[in-house]
Amino acid sequence: MSREGRQRGDADFGEIKFTGAISSGKQTNKDQQMKETKGIWKVIGASSLGTLIEWYDFYIFGSLATVLASQFFPKTNPTAALLSTLATFAAGFIVRPFGALVFGRLGDMIGRKYTFLLTLVLMGGSTFAIGLIPGYDSIGFAAPVLVLLLRLIQGLALGGEYGGAATYVAEHSPAHRRGFFTSWIQTTATLGLFVSLGVILLTRHSLDADKAKSIAKFNDWGWRIPFLVSILLVVVSIYIRLKMKESPLFEKLKTSGTRSVNPLKESFGHKANLKMVLLALFGATMGQGVVWYTGQFYAQSFIENVCKVDFDQSRTILIWAILFATPFFVVFGSWSDKIGRKWIMLGGMLLAIVTYKPLFHKMLTAVDESGKLELVEKRSVDSSSLATTKYPADAIHTVTEKKYYADGSLLVTRHYAFDKALYGEKPDLPPVTATMRTLGGQDYWLFVGIVFVLILYVTMVYGPIAAFLVELFPTKIRYTSMSLPYHIGNGVFGGLTPFIATLLTTIYTADKLVGLMYPIIVGGLCLVIGVLYINNRIDSRIDD
Amino acid sequence: MNQIKRIAGILWVLLGPVAVYYLIQTAASEIAKKPVLDTKIQWGVFVVVFIPIAIGFTIFGWYALKGEYDHLPENSEELLH
Repeated sequence: MSREGRQRGDADFGEIKFTGAISSGKQTNKDQQMKETKGIWKVIGASSLGTLIEWYDFYIFGSLATVLASQFFPKTNPTAALLSTLATFAAGFIVRPFGALVFGRLGDMIGRKYTFLLTLVLMGGSTFAIGLIPGYDSIGFAAPVLVLLLRLIQGLALGGEYGGAATYVAEHSPAHRRGFFTSWIQTTATLGLFVSLGVILLTRHSLDADKAKSIAKFNDWGWRIPFLVSILLVVVSIYIRLKMKESPLFEKLKTSGTRSVNPLKESFGHKANLKMVLLALFGATMGQGVVWYTGQFYAQSFIENVCKVDFDQSRTILIWAILFATPFFVVFGSWSDKIGRKWIMLGGMLLAIVTYKPLFHKMLTAVDESGKLELVEKRSVDSSSLATTKYPADAIHTVTEKKYYADGSLLVTRHYAFDKALYGEKPDLPPVTATMRTLGGQDYWLFVGIVFVLILYVTMVYGPIAAFLVELFPTKIRYTSMSLPYHIGNGVFGGLTPFIATLLTTIYTADKLVGLMYPIIVGGLCLVIGVLYINNRIDSRIDD
Repeated sequence: MNQIKRIAGILWVLLGPVAVYYLIQTAASEIAKKPVLDTKIQWGVFVVVFIPIAIGFTIFGWYALKGEYDHLPENSEELLH
């Protein structure tokens, strides 16, 4: 071979060798990337499933508040019974910050994996147990006490779950896609509500071929089914979580012996970290919490109790809206990796506080029959007696009037009156008029659209917040530090939204939209603080 | 911007006690209006839960006023020491 040829050959050889090296390097990188991607999806899948189940467990209690009231609290005063359940519901939210402290501390000391495994066991066990408790009629006062106790355990467990799942996923995620990967955890709360509504509706309608009988069976014993099936889901999730590995960043701390010995003191006893905890609460989670609970819970309560839309429709409206809006958690989470977390979250808050009143007002005007054309020929009036366990069959008379409208809507008004002539005056049974509406097709989809917009705001404020919180705090005290502001913001400010908003409507009865003042004021305050004090920087390193 | 952050801090410091006063006053008036157990529990829970939060809000305002938020930490070292 000529010198030239050798040179060329060498060059060729060199090039082939070099190309081969690139090719094998590329292949190795690709394999590595595929392995990592597969790994992170396993982490997300396992974490999300457990978190979704915990939200499901938590929500079925709230969704069945009225049924539980009749089962576990004295029936002599239904309002008191309902309030007791709502108070129990609120207690479930209020203990969440304590759960955040207890399990956050554990998670920073013994690890993320075993801590959120423990929360899952507690949540699943208490949900299953609620489904087994005999009613007030069977065991008396022990029934509401046990329910309250189990509800408190649920609240504690939830307080520990979220921080663990968000931290665990974030600590597995690459820095440039942290918002995207953690946003999958963010979908679980909404999907948990979706599943709980679906299971309740399905159970309510499948216990008997006759709808009325099926609902009666559900109210009697069928409500236990959604609680009991939870155990199957929890067992599967525990099995999956047991196979997961500990967070790599926590493992690193463990190996190097730099774990926190007192996470509570380091999180809240040191000014430098405490000021960030306070900023996270007042500049982000407080507003996020009220936007979330207004969009998903107060909206449902408003549709059912103020607009008087019937039980099934008010729930299917929410189901559709959730279905359409849920992908946006991932959209906004992913977008936050590009433009930062701050302005997406605060943008959602701003849109919410500016548009809440017009959106809710639109729902009120849509159900106003005064401008609708009634199909008078279809109007019907039926009289009957109401059989109750307390009074004879002819003691309570009901008159039911049905009005049909050209747009497909139906208004049912039922008057209940006690027969004073036969049975005397009963002050605890005043004449009652109940109204219930079924929406026509166009109004139904209008409601779906409005609730979709409300949940879209939720996806804006909630989608990026896990990444935002994770990036604020150091690994050794992350679980504790992020859990507390999250659960005060969501559990206290957010969780009490339907309760406080409803309370406002009972104090200021003239304005049906007065309940919205609570999320508007809290959200507005949070927005101002967020704009002033939070920065939009994405922390590329969370391993320090 | 830092000046606005500090001035707003005065507002947050004042807002905490004002919120507590308004909360207690509303709770007392609502309980007096309807002195049943439910009202007492309900407002009792609100007072017990929101007072520590209002204290936290005042501390937040104090930090803002002192310029603690003029510069936010950029790494964990700044938070831990």
